[in-house]
Amino acid sequence: MTTKAEAEPTRRDFLYVATGAVGAVGVAAAIWPLVDQMNPSAAVKALASIELDLSPIEEGAEVTVSWRGLPVFVRHRTPAEIDAARATPLDELKDPQADEARVKEGHAQWLILVGVCTHLGCIPLGYEGEYDGWFCPCHGSVYDTSGRIRFGPAPENLAVPDYEFVSDTLVKIG
Amino acid sequence: MATKSTYSPSNAFTRWVDSRLPIIRFTYDTLIDYPTPKNLNYWWTMGAILAGFLGIQIVTGIILAMHYTPNADLAFESVELLRRDINWGRILQGAHATGSSMFFLAVYIHIFRGLFYGSYKAPREVLWLLGVIIFVLMMATAFLGYVLPWGQMSFWAATVITQIFQAIPLVGESILEWLRGGFAVGNPALNRFYSLHYLLPFMIAAVVLLHIWALHVPGNNNPTGVEVKSGQDTVPFHPYYTVKDTFAFVVFLIPFAWFTFFAPDILGHPDNYIPANPLVTPEHIVPEWYFLPFYAMLRAINFNVTIPFTDIVLINSKLGGVIAFFGSIIVLFFVPWLDRSPVRSGTFRPMFKWFFWLLVIAFVGLGYLGAQKPEGIYVAIAQAATAYYFIYFLIVLPVLGRIETPRELPASISQSVLDAAGDEAPSGAGA
Repeated sequence: MTTKAEAEPTRRDFLYVATGAVGAVGVAAAIWPLVDQMNPSAAVKALASIELDLSPIEEGAEVTVSWRGLPVFVRHRTPAEIDAARATPLDELKDPQADEARVKEGHAQWLILVGVCTHLGCIPLGYEGEYDGWFCPCHGSVYDTSGRIRFGPAPENLAVPDYEFVSDTLVKIG
Repeated sequence: MATKSTYSPSNAFTRWVDSRLPIIRFTYDTLIDYPTPKNLNYWWTMGAILAGFLGIQIVTGIILAMHYTPNADLAFESVELLRRDINWGRILQGAHATGSSMFFLAVYIHIFRGLFYGSYKAPREVLWLLGVIIFVLMMATAFLGYVLPWGQMSFWAATVITQIFQAIPLVGESILEWLRGGFAVGNPALNRFYSLHYLLPFMIAAVVLLHIWALHVPGNNNPTGVEVKSGQDTVPFHPYYTVKDTFAFVVFLIPFAWFTFFAPDILGHPDNYIPANPLVTPEHIVPEWYFLPFYAMLRAINFNVTIPFTDIVLINSKLGGVIAFFGSIIVLFFVPWLDRSPVRSGTFRPMFKWFFWLLVIAFVGLGYLGAQKPEGIYVAIAQAATAYYFIYFLIVLPVLGRIETPRELPASISQSVLDAAGDEAPSGAGA
């Protein structure tokens, strides 16, 4: 060996680094279960979908059903409510979205929303607030008859869950 | 004042202990012969009061845990049974609940004391940082504990506070589900909150020990802000401050006893006597009084921050509120370096005083606004007060140090005491 070669990494250096690297991976692998145990378990995730009979819900009424532990609003809208939602210009909205995109075609009277305020997760109250949509009592967010945010600290419209009409009066949520 | 130990073991046993684990020496140097500035006023008694209330909370908390059931179906009833059936349960639960209020009252006085007298300035920066860490741990502990009775306010406090983390870009949703252990707050959340509520007070106790250690290296600040210069400026901790602190603690126990015995629920909310219902939010949710100022700041941000002249949203209103909420705490960590004035005590800073009391008014005002419905003029005032809170720390403190002419400082602590005795000058008010 020349003197120059002595400054270069030796087999021992390599073993140190390799041992340290394997050790770090091992520690990380041991920590992960400690963290991941807090995530929703498979049993929680398995609460997949519910079916709901719409026929008892009269026009101008709203029901709240529980889906995955979250409230879901199902509102049978009046023509006046639909018109109010559709007459709103999109540039007045904080989170612009047409009413047509928030309901199923041919079922415009049925507005189905996850009833969780997009601000901090409270449940808004129906038929309250300036637009007669929803009003969140926690921090004052106001939603219109399409569930779109109009005023207050919430950043987004009320979410529309995945759902489909099995028949005209039966809807499957989730 | 890292002074030399004056302890001398008096018998063979204490000599034997002292040469193996000098714990008696440590206690003696910390609580008996610790040299303390002789002009400390009653604002300086909060430290001992806080230590006392940490003890009360831990002892009553361990006892409550013997009767509590951390299960979403049983928790509410177990707390009600605890209050009605367990011997002395009504008093023990009341003491734990109102004890948290007294704890926070004392910590707010303690923090504002530090802000007024410049106790965060060199060489006490680490002492201040540890204090802010204790405050953060206290807030987390109080929040977790408030969830445990599993009433309507408990449930919705848990929902709202965990939902805050959803505002984090990209990973917010995953963090939210990870914190809750489900899509909504439920049994998994209650169980982990219980576990952590039991853990955190002991972490607080550990940081309190570091806080006291960091206090005893530079020694106490004092109302003049002038460092101790000779033995004349100090008195031994015992009996002078052990007695003063004990007296103040007893005075603090009077409202504590009144609340506990006669009105344990007056600081709470009637809605928390309705069992948790995931499908109904209470009409008007408010946190416990000690979180109201921060809650008001969270709600004050109801506008999106956009790139000027465009509609591109940089920070939406929710993230903005969360940034204000966390920022109001994080800014406290930087106070020692934001305040550029070499003078510690506000007593000798003619301009600083005004800004300081305005901060107190803004903070108390935010507390009032946090309990009001978020509409109309209340929102505008809360926005102004929130703005001032940040202006005080980020602009006033750095700028004042450059433009303010402080009053002349006393030559020493002894001199200030003699001056005050001589002409009854208000400069040493409360000293």
